[in-house]
Amino acid sequence: MSTTVDTATEIRPFQAEIPQQEIDDLRRRLLATRWPDKETVGDASQGVPLAKLKQLVEYWATGYDWRKAEAKLNALPQFLTEIDGLHIHFIHVRSSHDDALPVIITHGWPGSVFELLKIVGPLTEPPSGEDAFHVVIPSLPGYGFSARPDAPGWNPERIARAWDELMTRLGYDEYVAQGGDWGAVITEMMGRQSPSGLRAIHVNLPASVPPDVEAALAGAGPVPELTDEERVAFDALAASRKSGFLGYFVALTARPQDVGYGVTDSPAGLAALFFWHPGFASWSFGSDPNDPKSRDEVLDDISLYWLTNTAASSGRLYWEHGGAFPTSAAAMKVAEIRVPVAVTVFGEDGFRPPESWTRRAYPTLTYVNKVDKGGHFAAWEQPQLFSDEVRAAFRGMR
Amino acid sequence: MTTIVDTAVEVRPFQVETPQAQLDELRRRIVATRLPSKELVADRSQGVQLATIEALSRYWTTDYDWRQCEAKLNALPQFTTEIDGVEVHFIHVKSRHDNALPLIMTHGWPGSIIELLETIGPLTDPIAHGGRAEDAFDLVLPSVPGYGFSAAPTELGWGAGRAAQAWPELMQRLGYTRYVAQGGDVGAAVTDAMGRRAPEGLIGIHTNLLVPALGGAPMPTETKEERAAADQLATFRATGAGYLIEQNTRPQTIGYALLDSPVALAAWMLDHDTDSYYKIARAFVDGQPTGNLTRDHILDNITLYWLTGTGASAARSYWEGAQASAQAAGQAPPPVTLPVGFTTFPGEIWRTPRSWVEASYPNVVYFNEVDRGGHFAAWEEPQLFSDEIRASFRSLRDGSMS
Repeated sequence: MSTTVDTATEIRPFQAEIPQQEIDDLRRRLLATRWPDKETVGDASQGVPLAKLKQLVEYWATGYDWRKAEAKLNALPQFLTEIDGLHIHFIHVRSSHDDALPVIITHGWPGSVFELLKIVGPLTEPPSGEDAFHVVIPSLPGYGFSARPDAPGWNPERIARAWDELMTRLGYDEYVAQGGDWGAVITEMMGRQSPSGLRAIHVNLPASVPPDVEAALAGAGPVPELTDEERVAFDALAASRKSGFLGYFVALTARPQDVGYGVTDSPAGLAALFFWHPGFASWSFGSDPNDPKSRDEVLDDISLYWLTNTAASSGRLYWEHGGAFPTSAAAMKVAEIRVPVAVTVFGEDGFRPPESWTRRAYPTLTYVNKVDKGGHFAAWEQPQLFSDEVRAAFRGMR
Repeated sequence: MTTIVDTAVEVRPFQVETPQAQLDELRRRIVATRLPSKELVADRSQGVQLATIEALSRYWTTDYDWRQCEAKLNALPQFTTEIDGVEVHFIHVKSRHDNALPLIMTHGWPGSIIELLETIGPLTDPIAHGGRAEDAFDLVLPSVPGYGFSAAPTELGWGAGRAAQAWPELMQRLGYTRYVAQGGDVGAAVTDAMGRRAPEGLIGIHTNLLVPALGGAPMPTETKEERAAADQLATFRATGAGYLIEQNTRPQTIGYALLDSPVALAAWMLDHDTDSYYKIARAFVDGQPTGNLTRDHILDNITLYWLTGTGASAARSYWEGAQASAQAAGQAPPPVTLPVGFTTFPGEIWRTPRSWVEASYPNVVYFNEVDRGGHFAAWEEPQLFSDEIRASFRSLRDGSMS
């Protein structure tokens, strides 16, 4: 129910077509995996448990079909265009409603455009009477079918400028932006840059943690006075930092190439790294661990990284970013954002800042809501709820 | 010039015998490596450089021969013995000199017994290596549990403290009632912990990495040297400790790639510290080894990790260390009252000033800073390193110490 825009000369249609030999090579490697001994604990505190990863890899090698993932992508209008010297891949679906609001939605790591596919329908063709969007979903530089930068400098600031150029090139002189994870970092950066077309932003990984709380978490200051709700959030943050879940962040920030060799040569190693991320780690492939649908979705994403050989290049975004915490208000300088900001906290995400912190962090806050369902990959997990939040966030921005 | 000790019943001789199929499989995997795109910088700031890995892989599949390393190991008296539920592998070389001082020397990560092999001659047979008979040692070189040919612990608790408990048992089992201990890196942590336990028979220690400073104990920063060392340590924590945090927190996660990809293992092991990385990179890319850090020796060590499948279990020893630190948080460890010797090698992560050693240990009997060598001092400069060990323990030999 959607049509593509009339593309400018420099915007070329794109279809994903991975050569069969690469798929065969992936399967061969999966079947030849050399496994370490079992972890010495009964939980995930040393990393992804051996039994869980073996189960996933066995299915990846024998039951999973990449061609179905490719078909999901190719069912949507995809394009390539060169911006700032780099080919950017994006999905672009126009609503049939003329008054639809253009939105650029940015994925994160270890996500991809796959995490956002299910919201395309609800956003572009909503039930009658509800607000519609023209949806643009780019692949970050070094991710998926976007090109890999071959020189340093593709940091969030540069990506944010490229996104405005992309929207301008598509003819959108008024638009909004949305993102979670890296997408939130890019989207907030767009808010700080405040290009003339950008009307408002919505994020689902807000930089809400206040500077005094951040200092206390880092052991560099006393714990400030906290309400009961803030205390719960503070304790959860302290516990999660102690648990070592941020190690991947530190490792990729410091030496992405070192991690890159393993995740480029070993698909099991790649899957293991992804399951370090709290958004994946807490997934047991959906509520039913044997549900092939949900497991397929995880493998669509991991396979995209493998087949495009972007595991190393995607990790370099951490290096470019330099280690500032995406959840820290001071580090992300969100007080500099000059457009209206909307925030949704999803109740199953590991990071659930209290509203009081979010209000302190964003001077231009126009909407804040907390919903029960949905985790770190909210658009992937709860596409309808996520779409409703995006609609509510941007109501009045038309 | 060495003889094997009379082994007790529970100490069994050991020989390395790698099935050819494993070597063929390793070669097959290296040849089939899928490489990432080149790093975006001209230095090591994003990690091990692609050109280094390509040169290493080429050498690994062409000129390198593990059988030579195997023969070198098998020419040494090697044993295994079960201690505290884990089969421990060790090299044990007795000196022909009667008054030799028993020494247990512990390797680090990403090292192994390989890094200590070239010190065996100078330490056990000093006369043949520019020393005197009075400088001789009976040498014990164990593989830390989870490393090399020692078994990987299947239960929790095998941090440096547990090895520090096992080593005195090993020395006692070998009949040594008066001995010294030495280590760098993880070996320094084990040796430092032995010093704090002060088991009967241990009369002194020497390390070449200042464990209390790495552990975060306050160090003086008044002089230029002290501030320079503090800056080096801060730089390491800020940008060089990614591997440390990774292994401290999720050893199993990185373990999958280390077991499945030889090149991933090599890259992970090459990126230890700036000084040793560039020395190793030069050996492969420019054919310019530094000291004894030759291409063959570097690949002996990496190949040992690969063939024994110990990438994950070695990393797990860091997790154990982090667990132990977390449990001990806030409690000061017992002091090392035994005599302590320390040598500063200039290429080490930070250049330890004498004042830091004295701030760490109340009874420093030897300190020296030498002009060559880095993190893998014993490996890189075996003769110089051996000279330091001799000098450090000279005052503790029979007659000079109760």
